[in-house]
Amino acid sequence: MSSTPETPIIPKIKMNAILNVLAKGNHIDKRPLLSYRQIDVVKNVSPNADSSVLVKLGYTQVLAGVKLEVGQPFPDNPEEGVLIVNAEYIPAASPTFEPGPPDENAIELARVIDRSIREPRAVALDKLALIPGRKVWVVWLDIYVLDHDGNLIDAAMIASILALANTKIPYYEVDQASGNVKIDRSKTAGLLPMNKLVATVTIYKIGDVLVVDPTAEEEALASASLAIAVSEDGNIVGMQKRGLGAFTEKELEQAIEISLNKGKELIETIRKFIT
Amino acid sequence: MKANKPQLIIEGKRVDGRTPSDLRPIKMEVGVLRNADGSAIVEIGNTKVLAAVYGPREVVPRHEEQVDRAIIRCRYRMLSFSTMGERKSPAPSRREIELSKVIREALEPAIVSSQFPRTAIDIFVEVLNAEGGTRTAGITAASLALADAGIPMLDLVAAVAVGKVDGVIVLDLNEVEDMYGEADMPVAAMPSIGKITMIQLNGVLTPEEFKKALKLALDGINRIYNLQKEALKKKYVEIEE
Amino acid sequence: MSSSVQRTIRLPGDQIVLDKNMSIEGAGVGTSLYRLNENTYVVTTVSLQDVEENEKKKIRIIPLKGRYMPKEGDIVIGIVYDVTLSSWLIDIKSPYLAVLNASDYIGKPFNPATDNIRKYLDIGDVVIAKVAQFDRTRQPLLTVQDKGLGKVISGSLVEIEPSKIGRVIGKKRSMISMLMEQTKCDFVVGVNGRVLLRCPDAELEYIAILALKKIEAEAHTAGLTERIKEFIINEKVKRGLIKYES
Repeated sequence: MSSTPETPIIPKIKMNAILNVLAKGNHIDKRPLLSYRQIDVVKNVSPNADSSVLVKLGYTQVLAGVKLEVGQPFPDNPEEGVLIVNAEYIPAASPTFEPGPPDENAIELARVIDRSIREPRAVALDKLALIPGRKVWVVWLDIYVLDHDGNLIDAAMIASILALANTKIPYYEVDQASGNVKIDRSKTAGLLPMNKLVATVTIYKIGDVLVVDPTAEEEALASASLAIAVSEDGNIVGMQKRGLGAFTEKELEQAIEISLNKGKELIETIRKFIT
Repeated sequence: MKANKPQLIIEGKRVDGRTPSDLRPIKMEVGVLRNADGSAIVEIGNTKVLAAVYGPREVVPRHEEQVDRAIIRCRYRMLSFSTMGERKSPAPSRREIELSKVIREALEPAIVSSQFPRTAIDIFVEVLNAEGGTRTAGITAASLALADAGIPMLDLVAAVAVGKVDGVIVLDLNEVEDMYGEADMPVAAMPSIGKITMIQLNGVLTPEEFKKALKLALDGINRIYNLQKEALKKKYVEIEE
Repeated sequence: MSSSVQRTIRLPGDQIVLDKNMSIEGAGVGTSLYRLNENTYVVTTVSLQDVEENEKKKIRIIPLKGRYMPKEGDIVIGIVYDVTLSSWLIDIKSPYLAVLNASDYIGKPFNPATDNIRKYLDIGDVVIAKVAQFDRTRQPLLTVQDKGLGKVISGSLVEIEPSKIGRVIGKKRSMISMLMEQTKCDFVVGVNGRVLLRCPDAELEYIAILALKKIEAEAHTAGLTERIKEFIINEKVKRGLIKYES
């Protein structure tokens, strides 16, 4: 059952200070409202993964990893590989996160990322059949939030796309007759085929202003947010409105415009970190 | 599985080129997370573990609190892509549940829990990459995270495994040695007060081999302990004027 | 500065053996030292150790990190966390939520049947209070019945490591006096690791916050007051608030 979340407690004087600064056109760390914090990328954090990427967006840290396995295709798409996305907010990441299976926020995050990658066909799943109809590559994308300082979806998307685009397919041999696939992880058969890059730009409504990339403190004051995924060819490839508040039609139009601009920037940043 | 056992000792050297008493290369960093009260990353060879500590804080649920001490809670787990070969299911395994307890009990003797009655200290150990020795790296990292959180401890706890491979007693088993060796014995200790806080044995040793193995483990623990101190001090080096 | 002070970092597990001509003091005595036997102590937290050599050797232990533990008489800055019928639960950054009774706040008996507690203080409000009672078996009790205590309506709240608050004040208030003089801000220091700033303008407030963060990061170093002063002057020059004068 989904229920109204507890409101985080922010000292009132701090709340007023944040709202004042935002109204004047800046984040509390002095950046303009529509700019992102510094993005740092560390690749190959977990060498046992077929790809792993740690993204630091300010103090937010998200680790995404990919494992490839041989498995069966979905019956409705027998000639395509399979992509499965999971996400977890580890309890180390925030005093309010509890250990246990992923809660509704983590599951929502995983599904929002999943749809925004799947729908624009960012990963060329059609090139991942080993024995069409019987054996395909299963791409497991696992996302872990390690430190929460706001704007998790955008950070998770950067980590996910970079993890996928840097995934090395293990060397393999297919015996079409017997249906056996032999894998040798010590060698590689090339990179996971990608069709296009995608970025998510989440627009937060805080007071009367629209901002991107809030810190956790700022984010706690947002009445609503809209995660907009954009692809490198300039399409809108996914959306998710979250939060207790709502947007006007005009705000929605503004949000789309912001996301198309900022999305382009993020995709350029992502491109720099692809092997 | 043991049918394909490779030769583990060739001309006195191990599969990764170490001598029996060598540790793998070690890296430690303290204070890697912003939200946690304390945190640390420990890398030993390709094994990489992140530990985070919260507390002492209010106990939720309330009925778990104890009137004369802080309760320590610990969760050890492996990220799904941290293991060699197939993806690990994120559901907690029996192994992870046991190791959570073993790690907690390796750390409990060090923590002065009587200073914080009716509170909880939470320790989260996340294995980022697993190639042998994750529980011992976890203990070493968790102890640094506790110190980083300012939680009073009688000593840092350092840990390492010893074992027997191809009949030879060796320090700090890697994944292959762990898999094919004859014995694996993780040990944790508080070196400056000379107390052992964890010991397990998986395998068979003669009493003489056990003595030799324990001595080698304590020697390794001392080396790791010194690296822990260096890593902690590094956070507080004098600022250049 | 009369005698030479030797400063080192001590870590959990380090031992200190005392003899007749040595004494041990400092904020860490209750929290960061564990008595192993009659004259041997174990340091339990990352701490600063100052050794002063006079006719007697004096060792001071100051923890560098750790949760705030309430002490009777401490001035703390709290945030209202929850409201009951006749009291508030206050977050004072310690392992325990503190209690402030409505009767203490309004200074006379409080009747929840006829009066609404939330009109005095509500969730998120900031209060300056004094720890009236604490013995670790029950929640700390706060009072606002003293000068300068009560609800805070303006200012900006900065959080720093509680163990480093001592450095913000400094020896004989040297640091805090310098901060006030240089930034023209008013500083209320809660020993629980919260500082309330009231500044003439946003630029000076920003400089004051940067200075506090720098004190926190460099709390263990010598010559800090001078260095912070220089830092503030440089920041003021950078922002064109003053011209450089040597």
